[in-house]
Amino acid sequence: MARSEPLLIVGASHAGIQLAAAAREQGFDAPILLLGDEPHTPYQRPPLSKGVLTGKTAEDQLALRGPDFYREQGIDLRLGVRVTGLDLATRRLRLEDGGQLDFGWLALATGARCRRLSVPGADLQGVHALRTLDDARAVAAALGASQRACVIGGGFIGLEVAAALSSVGASVTVVESQPRLLARTFPAAMSDYVADAHRRRGVALALGCGVRALHGHQGRVVAVELVDGRRIDCDLVVLGIGVQPNSELAEQAGIACDNGILVDALGRSSAPNVLAIGDVANMALPALPAVPGGPQRARLESIQAANDGARAAATLLVDRPQPLDAVPWFWSEQHELKFQMAGLPAPGDQAVLRGELASDKFTLFYLRDGAVRAAHTVNRPAEHMLARKLIALGARIAPELLADPSADLKPFSTPLGLRADLFHGAPR
Amino acid sequence: MPTIHYILKDGSTRSVEAKPGASVMETAIRHNIRGIDAECGGSCSCATCHVYVLEADLPRLPPPDDMEDELLDGTASARAPNSRLSCQITVTLELDGLTVSVPETQV
Repeated sequence: MARSEPLLIVGASHAGIQLAAAAREQGFDAPILLLGDEPHTPYQRPPLSKGVLTGKTAEDQLALRGPDFYREQGIDLRLGVRVTGLDLATRRLRLEDGGQLDFGWLALATGARCRRLSVPGADLQGVHALRTLDDARAVAAALGASQRACVIGGGFIGLEVAAALSSVGASVTVVESQPRLLARTFPAAMSDYVADAHRRRGVALALGCGVRALHGHQGRVVAVELVDGRRIDCDLVVLGIGVQPNSELAEQAGIACDNGILVDALGRSSAPNVLAIGDVANMALPALPAVPGGPQRARLESIQAANDGARAAATLLVDRPQPLDAVPWFWSEQHELKFQMAGLPAPGDQAVLRGELASDKFTLFYLRDGAVRAAHTVNRPAEHMLARKLIALGARIAPELLADPSADLKPFSTPLGLRADLFHGAPR
Repeated sequence: MPTIHYILKDGSTRSVEAKPGASVMETAIRHNIRGIDAECGGSCSCATCHVYVLEADLPRLPPPDDMEDELLDGTASARAPNSRLSCQITVTLELDGLTVSVPETQV
């Protein structure tokens, strides 16, 4: 592949900015052009569903980089630019305004967009999704006049929004079509814990029931009607029903896609010189200690995947390829609960609880063939950090030891510690 | 406006004016201080805004809370008695002249 050719990055959010920054940090000295379709200076997304809604985070705290960063680093940032076409043969992008841009390297960091609800009334005023700064502004403004909010979707975004809205005084109902919350990520025990945690803090839940229609009055939403006929009166609806990757540009160019752009652990797509990072990338997972039963690739919607994927891709640009090798992790904040998830649990994993659910401070470890493969923690950041090390090492720890909060797990977090389990009698 | 001094990995010092109420981490991001990654954006989740506070300045800071204290055990560069997460230090007028140094690595 050609080196030191101009880099064109489509998408100026976490992954795109991190790629530009990491490329410069690693010594890439060719021109970098960064295109964003939003008009705003690149900003952090995680606070949008948390502090921005409660007013704890001001907009001027959201910048991903300082105002002088782009000039200092020689990064040509162009905002409000929409890309409409990609021609691989001529290595050229077409823009909505009729212009075109040539590239040496192309990185697609186009992210994902919110799924829309396909029921009658979904386009009423007062119905919002939450992905962008404009979305967050709109929800915060609507919240000012809102008494009753309905959040559709019991995933992380929906639950974060529910927690934020209820903390500033709105009465909130979360509607989830699955019988339990966070069903894609959490086992039943964790789902039940989360449901209980929200109910205890005043959030109402309607589980296992889909939405039939949204009803309005004079163009504004006034109620959500469920499939079972129940009616939830509300003046604000926030949708958190998942996202779909913005992979159309790649698909139309003939690049291999399947739930996102398929890339290897360096971010390489099926097309030469075309990389994909962040939420749009369906990335090969790092070669952690081989244990059967885990997924081989995933489209991870997380800041960590965006940052680490971008850093790995940057190593390719400077001809020192270093594939992604980090344990996937992400976090969520709901009420005063800090959730931190490391690794990817699989069906059939042995779940081992360390601590007590009722204390709001615990870790649920997941063992596969005797090795620690994933961990979900609540208000236990140190245990989360430790779990990431244990997962990276594929540490084998006896379940009774993991479950004992007084047992010191740190000796297992060094390569030498891997052998310590022999002395604890853990199964191998 | 209070001034915060950041000692970088190469030993040089960047002195910047901070907005009272912003964190030492946010001030670093705003001024492109290299070596403070702050991946979680200041929510005390990732320990990638680790700094070492100048010993003489330590008494001016309130001690870390339990959550910060726990996370400091997971920093990429070794924890020291003067280790802090810069996202948890709020700049006030009284902190004028605070000096922190960035660690060797954050991830």
